[in-house]
Amino acid sequence: MPVVPALAPLLPQGLQRGSTLALPGGAGRTSLLLALLAGASGSGAWCAVVGMPALGAEAAAAAGIDLGRLALVPDPGERWPTVVAALLDGIDVVAVGIRRPRPADARRLSARARHQGAVLLGVGSAWPESDVALRVAGAEWEGLGRGHGHLRRRRLDVEATGRRGADRPRRTSLWLPSDSGAAEG
Amino acid sequence: MRTVVVWCPDWPVQASGVDPAGPVAVVHANRVVACSAAARAEGVRIGQRRRQAEAACAGLASVARDPDRDARAFEPVVAAVAAICPLVEVVRPGLVAFAARGPSRFFGGEATLIHHLLSAVPSGRVGIADSSFAATLAARQGRVVPPGETPEFLVPLPVTALDVSGPEGPGQGEMGELAGLFGRLGIRTLGQLAALPAPQVLARFGGAGAAAHRLARGLELRPLDARRPPDDLTVSVELDPPVERVDTAAFVAKALADRLHEGLAEHGLQCTLVRIEAESEHGESFSRCWRHDGTFAAATLAERVRWQLDGWISGPVGQRPTAGVTLLRLVPEEVVADQGSQQGFWGGVAESDRRAARVLARLQGLLGPDAVLTAVVEGGRAPGERVRAVAWGDGGGPLSPPELPWPGRVPPPAPTLVSGGPASLLDAAGEPVVVSGRAEVAAAPATLDGAAVVSWSAPWPCHERWWDPEGQRRRARMQVVTADGRAVLLAVEQGRWSVEAVYD
Repeated sequence: MPVVPALAPLLPQGLQRGSTLALPGGAGRTSLLLALLAGASGSGAWCAVVGMPALGAEAAAAAGIDLGRLALVPDPGERWPTVVAALLDGIDVVAVGIRRPRPADARRLSARARHQGAVLLGVGSAWPESDVALRVAGAEWEGLGRGHGHLRRRRLDVEATGRRGADRPRRTSLWLPSDSGAAEG
Repeated sequence: MRTVVVWCPDWPVQASGVDPAGPVAVVHANRVVACSAAARAEGVRIGQRRRQAEAACAGLASVARDPDRDARAFEPVVAAVAAICPLVEVVRPGLVAFAARGPSRFFGGEATLIHHLLSAVPSGRVGIADSSFAATLAARQGRVVPPGETPEFLVPLPVTALDVSGPEGPGQGEMGELAGLFGRLGIRTLGQLAALPAPQVLARFGGAGAAAHRLARGLELRPLDARRPPDDLTVSVELDPPVERVDTAAFVAKALADRLHEGLAEHGLQCTLVRIEAESEHGESFSRCWRHDGTFAAATLAERVRWQLDGWISGPVGQRPTAGVTLLRLVPEEVVADQGSQQGFWGGVAESDRRAARVLARLQGLLGPDAVLTAVVEGGRAPGERVRAVAWGDGGGPLSPPELPWPGRVPPPAPTLVSGGPASLLDAAGEPVVVSGRAEVAAAPATLDGAAVVSWSAPWPCHERWWDPEGQRRRARMQVVTADGRAVLLAVEQGRWSVEAVYD
């Protein structure tokens, strides 16, 4: 599945079906998640976000996500692994915002994603079984001064590391959000 | 079959409630899907990006697309036409069709019939021709094609006319794609298409090509098949307790449509014309026929039920039911043999959408309908007010238009996390920062929850519902960035600071 052009230096092959990506903590990870979903959603893929009740849908729409193909399960409760497994059966990209998943659950769900050809995104915690981890290395807002102006756009340095550090880390710097709300290089 | 079509031009515009005399555009997914005549004169075109449309036409009022609203507003028009001819079929909101023979004989000629129709539907245009496709095109020109002259009428029309329903309509643009292909092959008019030999068209372009060829020759889409469906295909459900809300009825309708579909599939049939009947607790009944260019899938059928009930329940007093709905019945009026559908080679609506819908329906069964949500962008000032979560499958557009100016709203980009909590914003002396009535800060903020403040905005004052002594709220909002890179939107109300949203 394609990614937005600004993220292409990090994921030159796009979002590979069957893979698991981790977006561990740090400011900017939600915007990064929305940018990833926007690339897939733009190509007609279905997306679901589990366990993130605070996700701002207006920002999602501005990032380029088709809200008609975005399902939200804000509060899956204790049975979240069942919910995520069910979603992986029919949804192309499933983002999971659960704190500290048990390694056994994470392994099982990654295997499920690989089997179904879906993409699993572990948000906000070190997802144990990830193929690629995207980390925010630096962020700087523009537009806001000391008592004047308003937030306009943010320069974000992102670093992608492969499985167990096997690949050389890739780095890029992008506007996220840019003036239009979407990601731009 | 000689058919009368009543077409209301730019129906989504007329249904939007904005004065159609001015420049209006109906927008979906940032593209114009319908526009008023005034907007068209200024250069607005269907398919244009919204920004282009706004650049072409100053003062363009843009409204979000809402199929439910279109259908609801169309119900009075259907009722007016049904008063003249009871056997009216709704093709889609904005377009109704019925067989010409009976009514024109009753009124003593087609001219009188048209006179009656136009006095019932002043905004409509009427077309009569020997096939329903030709009648739809004739309605665009508002003309009557004399009997037997339909093929000649179609000859000069461009081949793009095959796509009468547009990409949003039934058939999902299959005819539109085919029309584009014909155009690239040098077949520019329907006459040129009709001149090709039918077997070769079928061999080269398959079933859809053969259908297009039939349309271009002025024939019906399918050879007339007088097969009446067996009675046992009718499905009905009794609702106990009676249903008063449209969304509850639509939920039932979904299951009912699935049952109808299963029954048809067992007989190897598909439905092209369905009658939806509803009865209320007080014995009032309401029925409408819905025609579909393609064939009804269960989801489309459930949508038609929702439109019809919405039009009935929210109709004018005197016509709306006085009690809850107790019975829903789906009667397949016309069926054709199911020839199977080819799944799109490159994605398309195809299998992935059906799979996703199945999975989400299963989750709703597991967790309850309100646990699986979809978001709708709303009008409002606070980030929390600009989004509404609705249960998956309930659909529905925004309750208040997001495009209108909302004075005092925080400028974009929108925050990515909308969640609150108390905050403490202190100045250098360790005192809480105070915002005056004139929206000025007395002292520069120094720390937010212990982290050093790097930059901050001037406060945005916001005095909502000032006319209402109970409901009024006076707040000020402020964006703050701290040294650790966190950007948040704070709100202060009566001296207390809180986090409203996070720009993560």
